[in-house]
This record gives sequence, C-alpha cells and structure tokens, in this order.
Amino acid sequence: MTVDNNQHLAEIGEMNGPKEKLIRMCRQNPLALISAVVILLMILLAILAPVIAPYGEAQQDLAERLQPPSAAHLFGTDELGRDVFTRILYGSRISLVIGIIPSAISLAVGILMGLSAGYFGSWVDYLIMRLADVMLSFPSLLLSMVIMFTLGRYANSVLCIFIALSMVGWASVARVVRSHTLSLKEEEYVEAAHSIGVSSPTILVRHILPNCVPSLIVLYTLNVPSCILSESTLSFLGIGVQPPMASWGLMINQSKQFLFTKPWLALAPSITIMIVVLAFNFLGDGLRDVLDPYLQRG
Amino acid sequence: MKQVISRLASMVIVLIGVIALIFIMLRIVPGDPVTILLGEHYSQETIDRLTQAMNLDKPMIEQFFYYITHAMRGDLGVSYTMKRPVTELILQAFPYTLRLALMGVAFAWTIGLISGIISAITQNKATDRLFMTFSLAGVSLPIFMSALLLQYLFAFRWKLLPLTSSGSLVSMILPAIALGWNSAGTIARISRSSLLDVMQADYIDTARAKGLSKRAVILRHALKNSMLPVITMMALQFSSMMSGAVITESIFSIPGIGRLATQAIQNRDMPLLQGTVLFTTVLVILGNLVADLLYSVLDPRIRKAV
Repeated sequence: MTVDNNQHLAEIGEMNGPKEKLIRMCRQNPLALISAVVILLMILLAILAPVIAPYGEAQQDLAERLQPPSAAHLFGTDELGRDVFTRILYGSRISLVIGIIPSAISLAVGILMGLSAGYFGSWVDYLIMRLADVMLSFPSLLLSMVIMFTLGRYANSVLCIFIALSMVGWASVARVVRSHTLSLKEEEYVEAAHSIGVSSPTILVRHILPNCVPSLIVLYTLNVPSCILSESTLSFLGIGVQPPMASWGLMINQSKQFLFTKPWLALAPSITIMIVVLAFNFLGDGLRDVLDPYLQRG
Repeated sequence: MKQVISRLASMVIVLIGVIALIFIMLRIVPGDPVTILLGEHYSQETIDRLTQAMNLDKPMIEQFFYYITHAMRGDLGVSYTMKRPVTELILQAFPYTLRLALMGVAFAWTIGLISGIISAITQNKATDRLFMTFSLAGVSLPIFMSALLLQYLFAFRWKLLPLTSSGSLVSMILPAIALGWNSAGTIARISRSSLLDVMQADYIDTARAKGLSKRAVILRHALKNSMLPVITMMALQFSSMMSGAVITESIFSIPGIGRLATQAIQNRDMPLLQGTVLFTTVLVILGNLVADLLYSVLDPRIRKAV
C-alpha cells in the first residue's frame, strides 16, 4: 500500500515537471504543436531567405510587372515586376524580428518595473504603477504613431518601430509581475531567505522571478503576434517600415491600389501574416493551458 | 466613498501624466514648426513674429503650463495646415467616430456574446471548438485586412454596400463590422470562460437540483453573474476600438478623429496630432472610469467593500 502510494506520488511529481507539461501540451493540444512547427519553419525560411528566394530582393523586371501567380512567379509579381514570393521571404526577416525583439525588450523592462514595484512597495510602487496607467491609457496605435512621428527623423524606420513597440508593451508585463511579486513576497520561503540575510536583489532574482516565469512565457508568446500586427498596421498606414525595404504590412499597403484588379498581390502577404499570428496565438494558448491556468483567457 | 475619491484622484494624476507625456514627446520633434507652417517663402521677420505668437520662444515649462491651462478650457491650439482651431476640427469629426465605434461595439457584443454562450453550452463539443477556433482567427486578423476583405467582397464583388463611407447608416455597416470583428473574438472567449467558471458554483448545482433545465439555469442564473469580467473587458476593448478606428477610417475614408490623426502625422501638424491623441486618450480614461463604477454598481460585494 505504501509502495503504491509513493509510486503514485512520484507519478504526480513527474507529471508536473516542465518537460512533462510540454509533452502533455503536445498530446492534448496538437494545434499548439503544429503552431510551434510552423513558427520554427518561418524562422528558418527567414534565415535562409537569400538561399531559397528565386530572385533578388529588389530585382525588378518591368516587362513582367503585375503578373498573376505562375510557375515562374509563385505568388505573382508587383507593380515594379518584383517577385512577390521573394519579397515575402525577405519581408519575413523584418516582420519576425520586429515581433520577437521589441517583445523581449518590453518583457525585460516590464520585469524590472514589476519586480521593483511589487517588492519595494510604497512610493516606488505608486510611481511605477501610475506610469504604467499612463502608458495603458493611450490607444496603443496612437501612442506608436506619436513615437514614430517624434523619432521618424532621428533614426531609421525599423529602429523607430523597435522603440515604439517596446514602449507600448512593458506596462502590461509590469502589472502581471507586480501582482505575482506581491503575493510571493508573503511566502514563508521568502521570509526565511530574508531572515538569513539574503539581499533584496538576490531574493528577487533567485526566489521571486523564477515563479513568474510560466506567466512570462505565455505573455511573451502572446505579445509577439501583437507586435507583428502593430508593425504591419503602421506600415500599412505608411508610417512604419519605409520602401525599398520589404515588410508584410508595407506590401499590403503598396498593393492597395491594385486591390480590385490584382487581388493576389494583397492576398499573399495577408495570408502569411495571418498564419504567423495565428500560430503564435495558438501556441500561446496551449502554453497557457499547461503552464499558467490562472491567467485569464483573453 | 473614500475609494471613489482616491480613484478620481489617481485619474487626475494619470491625466496630467498623459498630457505631459504627449507634450514632451512632441516637443523633441526635430524641425521647427514655424518653418513647417510658413512653407517655402518667408523672411526672418515673419519667423520671429510667428515664433512669438506661438509662444515657442518661452521656456518649455511655461509652454506646458500655457498648454495645460488652455486645454482645460477646451482650447487645443490652431492646426498648422488647416488653419482652424483644433477643438473645432475634433468636434466636427467626433460624431463620425462615435457612430462608427457604437456600431462596432454593437456588432462585437451581439456576435461575441451569442457565440460565447453557445460555446459554453456545448462545451468541448464540435460547435464549441468551431466557435473558439473562429474567434481566435478573428483575433488574429488585423483590422486593415478584414476591412480590405469586406470591401473586396461586399462592395466590389457583390456590390451590396458602398465602398467608402459618407457617414450614413448603411455605409457604416462594413466599417463597423471590420472594427468590431476583433473585439467579437475576444468577447466570445471571455464570456465562454466566465460562464463556465460560474457554472461550477454551488448555487448552480442547487438550481439544477430543483429540477430546472440546463438552459434555464444558464439563462436565468449563470448569465447574470458571468457578465462581470465581460464588462471589465468592455473598458479595455474601448481603447483598442479607438486604435482600430484610426485604420478603419483611413480605409473607408470616414472623416473621423482617426483620420485627423493620420493626416496630422502625414502633414507634420503637431497641434492637431497633440489634440487628437489627447482627446482619444481622455475618452479612454473616462471609459475606464465608467466601467469601474458600473462594476461596483453591478456587484453588491464590491459596493459594500467601498
């Protein structure tokens, strides 16, 4: 009987390790697994773009302009005779980097702010949280537009988008980390660490931060697609990535004038954006179900 | 009461922070607004006169004080390019944005709630899966894409609805659907999970034990209590609706506030951009406040705590 019980307990313990959780996610939620594969594939395609792309990034062929999809041009050609498939491959470099890096920056800033606010409390907390309130009060697109307006002449457009999206994203991360820190601060093991003289930064990094990691992974996975969407929206409005660079949003913007006569021009980048964003959202959803059942579904 | 006052106090602080942030961000813009305003031909004398008239020779802090006191009286300055008071331009554009937002919200709520409730009732069955996959697809579709798709299908292919919007009710249908699509997905997901949460409460078991049908239990007991998180969501959605309005208005050429903001950026019209961003942000802050108050009115537990 005792042996049985121990075995049972061991099984439960095994089922809750991080690796087991991921395996469980893959088994219960094949959509999340497929999404992860799709994302890896997209990243690989972006890295290998110069190898795979059948034409040069800016290679123009005016005799071949506005061709419908064919064997020579998989997704057709645009108004300058550039191959749309090639442009999508090169565009994925900008679009993916803009999804991945600003999310990481806003995550880092959000962690720093949230930990300080939750742990030190009093005026530090008040100051940081009011600042977060201010950032969250802005409609995010308008805030990015203002930042693009301000920085537009100082730096190149991709760098501006980096800064804009990082500034927009940190506040919600800070809120989550703060609320975790507030509740973890009261735990006995944190008190114990305090009483044996462990310094505050060490407690924050060694004892409190690791407990926030599951929520942070989920937040990050869901923040990436929203950054990709913001970039494509800004570029679509003409205030994001500037030509001759290629990004998916910019491609849709440029194909707007041919929407009714050459719809495939807008269709290819649109579908690509949708697939990538969907994949990140499905993956984030799957991760949330196994890692962090307490985060609200949204 | 005490909580309401502290809520209002922090709202005022956030509001001042918002104004300060917009002010600072737009003041470090390179390029002298005076030369933008004057165009190509001007003399040094005109520059000096205008710089003085626009208070640009005063120290930054004085400019800020001037702006904030005038903004409170409803004076947001004069647009550089349109040569008209910003407040006037905003008030002229606001009805269009308001109509668009209201119709978008109505669409989002109707579709979102209905599919959320259906999903919850048929939990884990095929209909549920279908609705939830659709709602995630709704969330993943950027507004400009659904807008272009709607334009292509309904206006160009089938010629059912007008391509651009004149502001009339019929011509607002497509923009409203494009705008509400994302929110509908979010509302569906939240109302589903909230409803499922509530269904586990003891009083639901009691109601079932009394012999009420599942449908009656959901509609009469569970639905009311599951609406709280959905209402909080409404406030958060309001902010993304304002972002969405910028895109929708630009695609359907609706002369609303979002289009003013886009024009302001394209023409580097600083007072106009400042005014439109400030106006929409104040709307969002007020929307959040209303949602907070509504929340405490609807949930007696919170009201008593206050």
